[in-house]
Amino acid sequence: MSGSSFSSSLTLGVGAVLVCAVAVLWLSAIRSVIRAISLQGVALGAVAVLLGVHLHDPALIATAAVVIAVKGVAIPMLLRHVTGGQPLARETRPLVNVPASLVVSAALIFLAFARTRGIARFVGTTAGTLVPVGFATLLVGFFVLVARRRPIFQMIGLLLVDNGIALVAFLVTAGVPFLIELGVSLDVLLGVVVLGVLAVRLRTDFGDLDLDALQELHD
Amino acid sequence: MTGAWPASTVAATSLLQVVLVVVGGPLLVGLMRKVRCRLEGRVGPPIRQPLLDLRKLARRERIRPDQASWVFSLAPLVLVGTTLVVVAIAPLLTTDPAFGSYADLFAVVYLLLLGSVALALGALDSGTAFGGMGASRAMTIGAIAEPALLLAILALSIPAHSSDLPAIVTGSLAHPIWLATPQRLLALVAFVIVIVAESGRLPVDNPSTHLELTMIHEAMILEFAGSDLALVKLGESMRLTVMVALLADLFVPWGIATAPGPAQVAIGLVSIIGKVAVLGVVLAAFEVAVAKLRLFRVPELMAGAFVLAVLAVVSSLVTP
Repeated sequence: MSGSSFSSSLTLGVGAVLVCAVAVLWLSAIRSVIRAISLQGVALGAVAVLLGVHLHDPALIATAAVVIAVKGVAIPMLLRHVTGGQPLARETRPLVNVPASLVVSAALIFLAFARTRGIARFVGTTAGTLVPVGFATLLVGFFVLVARRRPIFQMIGLLLVDNGIALVAFLVTAGVPFLIELGVSLDVLLGVVVLGVLAVRLRTDFGDLDLDALQELHD
Repeated sequence: MTGAWPASTVAATSLLQVVLVVVGGPLLVGLMRKVRCRLEGRVGPPIRQPLLDLRKLARRERIRPDQASWVFSLAPLVLVGTTLVVVAIAPLLTTDPAFGSYADLFAVVYLLLLGSVALALGALDSGTAFGGMGASRAMTIGAIAEPALLLAILALSIPAHSSDLPAIVTGSLAHPIWLATPQRLLALVAFVIVIVAESGRLPVDNPSTHLELTMIHEAMILEFAGSDLALVKLGESMRLTVMVALLADLFVPWGIATAPGPAQVAIGLVSIIGKVAVLGVVLAAFEVAVAKLRLFRVPELMAGAFVLAVLAVVSSLVTP
């Protein structure tokens, strides 16, 4: 693969990861948010495949396969299962409304680019210049965690944070060892399963998925 | 580059641009209406109907509200005047229009903004409830739409190292690789959303209804009558046309005249008419497919366009 087509397709993949993160804040229908997070997993896997082909590293391509299987397919399916009863559900009362959170995410993206330029320069490769995008995804993920009420968004925020970290790892060190990535991916999968079980319990007990109902203790 | 063009040719092509947009603007509106009607299974009015409407309105008596001041009477003139200036200096037919060195992206965006602010002030000045409501809604949307437009064009200007629109167009003709980058794609999406919002079309505003709960643009122009209304309608269609033409030339620049000569200008003329017509048909077909957004969700759409434009700027700053 020639140098310029590699760097432009890498930029496209990394850009898709960030656009999906912003789409989570932009869209309010839960079904489309899950689609965005699934696309993000696939884009992350595509970035890893590109790097693996570029560096002739079969282990990285295997890691990419795990990433796509877990983050692109398995976790979105689980999330869909958790919200199964309410296909038209949407975030109706976010703590920060959509236009404001989009503006905040723009500020977070600028912050990430301003603060992590040093890392990008230190790494020095084409992939290295894209490192700030990983940090921006991570910050947007944290913001989703604080700005949205529904538990499903807590899971999705967690996933965004994890995807951001994974993106930085891929871009800086050409991927963590296969075993570690496998462990991390399965950890995240397990986390989503636990949160999913919790969400189902919450709904059967309260008939709703509102975490604000859990602010007081009951007998 | 300006030296290569004889002054008379430059003036002639600029004049041609003005004539083209003044006549073509209403025709574009008519074309979009026709496409919409056909897709909905109706015959629809002829494409030249908006031109006939303008002629009819221009002959009618001009009635102005009693309380209205000079702001009201000036609003249509400012709208048409600023748009005419943009049309004259923007690179629509050629990369070297008259006063092309003034076609800075900030100048063009703020001239367009001046027109919409003048219209909103005129609507407020009419003293009616609808006018004020429409003006406040239009400004709510415009407050996010204009920065998004500015940032989207700024993202295109970074690789060209110039904020002059002709320089941006010439630069992307010289480096076709720029056109396929992700930042272009992001800027394109933001640009399209802004065009839809600024020209008051679906899913932001429905140009063919007078339903008081939802209307934005129609509420602003309710009190204008006769030749005032004709000017407002002409100005609005010219704004739509010049924005669509800018979209075409910034993102698909091929065909624009880069050297003087009747043949080059003729190719430029055909290509810009073709590009604008295709984009108009696409926009109209899109309108048939979508439903109008709830008014309170429009700022979400605009904020999304803003963030996409920010992403475009950031990514064109970091990529070499």
